[in-house]
Amino acid sequence: MSTAIKVENLSKAYQLGDIGTGTISRDLERWYARIRGREDPFLRIGETNDRSIKGYSDVVWSLKDINFEIEQGDAVGIIGRNGAGKSTLLKILSKVTAPTSGKITGKGRIASLLEVGTGFHPELSGRENIFLNGAILGMRKHEIKRKLDEIVDFAGIERYLDTPVKRYSSGMYVRLAFAVAAHLESEILIVDEVLAVGDAEFQKKCLGKMGEVSKGEGRTVLFVSHNMAAINAFCKKGILLKNGLVEFSGSSNDVITKYISEAESNTFRVLDVHNNNFSIETVQIFQSNNDDGDLDISQDTTILLNTSSASSFEKVHINLYFKSIEGILIFVTSSLPQFYKAGHTSYKCVIPANTLNDNMYTLDLMVVDHNANALIEISEMISFELIERKRDALWMGKEQGLIRPTYFPWEIEFSEKNI
Amino acid sequence: MHKNEDKWEIAPKNNLFELKLNEVWAYRDLLVLLVRRDFVSFYKQTILGPLWFFIQPLFTTIIFTFIFGNLAGISTDGLPKPLFYMAGITAWNYFADCLTKTSTVFKDNANIFGKVYFPRLIMPLSIVVSNLVRFGVQMLLFLTMMIYYYLNGATFNITWAISLFPLIVLLMALLGLGTGMLISAMTTKYRDLSFLVGFGVQLLMYATTVIYPLSTAIEKYPKYSWLIEYNPMTPLIETFRYGFLGEGSFSWESLGYATGITAFFLVIGIVIFNKVEKTFVDTV
Repeated sequence: MSTAIKVENLSKAYQLGDIGTGTISRDLERWYARIRGREDPFLRIGETNDRSIKGYSDVVWSLKDINFEIEQGDAVGIIGRNGAGKSTLLKILSKVTAPTSGKITGKGRIASLLEVGTGFHPELSGRENIFLNGAILGMRKHEIKRKLDEIVDFAGIERYLDTPVKRYSSGMYVRLAFAVAAHLESEILIVDEVLAVGDAEFQKKCLGKMGEVSKGEGRTVLFVSHNMAAINAFCKKGILLKNGLVEFSGSSNDVITKYISEAESNTFRVLDVHNNNFSIETVQIFQSNNDDGDLDISQDTTILLNTSSASSFEKVHINLYFKSIEGILIFVTSSLPQFYKAGHTSYKCVIPANTLNDNMYTLDLMVVDHNANALIEISEMISFELIERKRDALWMGKEQGLIRPTYFPWEIEFSEKNI
Repeated sequence: MHKNEDKWEIAPKNNLFELKLNEVWAYRDLLVLLVRRDFVSFYKQTILGPLWFFIQPLFTTIIFTFIFGNLAGISTDGLPKPLFYMAGITAWNYFADCLTKTSTVFKDNANIFGKVYFPRLIMPLSIVVSNLVRFGVQMLLFLTMMIYYYLNGATFNITWAISLFPLIVLLMALLGLGTGMLISAMTTKYRDLSFLVGFGVQLLMYATTVIYPLSTAIEKYPKYSWLIEYNPMTPLIETFRYGFLGEGSFSWESLGYATGITAFFLVIGIVIFNKVEKTFVDTV
């Protein structure tokens, strides 16, 4: 097997804050440093990109000295938390932006799908957009012509082919866009969570196509997603990024396990996220008669949120999204709408004992005002793990399922049959 | 199996003069489709459709004839006024459109450029070609007017300089492209320039011989006429008028000067554009 992509000492720095007034003076300073043969005064090396810690300079290293190789024909999943550098890596690979230092070499045509439907023009018909979008993605006209029927068929929009896409439903629009991209002929395919669109049926189709691409056609695939299930299904290998560094790489299974184990069970977090005089200050997860810290599935679990507001609000309610570590939404629970005066309010939500399974869970939060606008949204606000200390059963293996409620009544009736 | 051409490398900086013309050639279908898109989407959902291409120069000509020709009484070198203005407007519009559209190419296409890679040069090129289509249509209007005035016995004569027409169009396109690319590359960081382009182009028109002949300017303001003569668009429009209508100050020196300036701006524009193209996504 030969190498399809080789990444060497790749780094990318971003400028934080405003670019505007002062740019010229900064540029001049930079230029002056360069002609004297000095180091760029605005690129201080040696800081890791941790967005929660205040750094010393205005420059942040989104990627720092990344090295890895991808074999031809491999499907590789790229995993990491928000801000780990996944998108930056994809952007550089797609040649949308250049690295600050280091290089990538490789061979074979690259097709990258950072977004579906790039360059669609609302006034043009579906057919015209297929050609335009295909050409933007790097296809020749005759290639598109050859694949037109297949694309139209895959998208299922034959009837609307000559209608301007501005009249399409959003579902049709996305289907058409993905269909064009999916029929690109390339040796290397780069996909960024585009699958998070469309209805369930279409998602299944997309996932099927992705599987076909990575397994059947022997193409090299790079896939970024929060959906561990999808990564597990398509990718043989994985790369875990953390704060702009390659934390771990190996088989996708190992990488996912590592990723999950890294999501430490923080049971208390200071958030201090505010918007419009409303702020979420802290979140805490605890079990009242449990002191050793481990959360047990057989106890009531309490989620305590402390909020404050600087002014009064008509009606505000809070939604909590319970998600599995793979990113699958399990359920949503909402508080009752609440009139707010300036001051502090605490919310307690109790998940009854024996509801959740012995899994890792992640909570997203959304604060909604009386106009149904989201005041605050926090994804991955906190994650926690429940363990099972004791089980009275014959089966001692891992119980399946995202949740495990044990309080569903079973009624069992026995009657003796007369033969 | 993979050929050698399939190999690629992504590195921090572009070679200054690396134009990647072979890549541009590989994306020629995109160029055609973009031009088509501009043309088709221009008149979609309009009643008059492509007729709009005529309306703008026609009305500008009428208004110029009225204000500058009749009201202000500026000389037109003895040519029929509408014909004189139409020649200037048609040529000037092509240059001005190329310049203003390319000067916002990064800003206008930030969302596409931020998601997909294709040789960025394709976009400014497609603008120049799109405008060429428009220019072609407007030339038809101009030629129709020439025939109309000829049949009505107006005095003008086509000279040999008409054979320079392709060169003039090319120079206008490249000058617009070069300055436009230069400005667009700079506006990604310094937005101020985009304000300048808006009214700058308008003012520049008055420093070009669109509404007056060069001869009048030299005659009336001998001290300041160098301002107009140093404007590289002046010789182009003068040659254009001289070729089609037989009046205008034509000289090989001034045409050579315009060519030199065009080449200068084109090279600078390409170099800066190349430099910015790779990372503009981070600053735009």
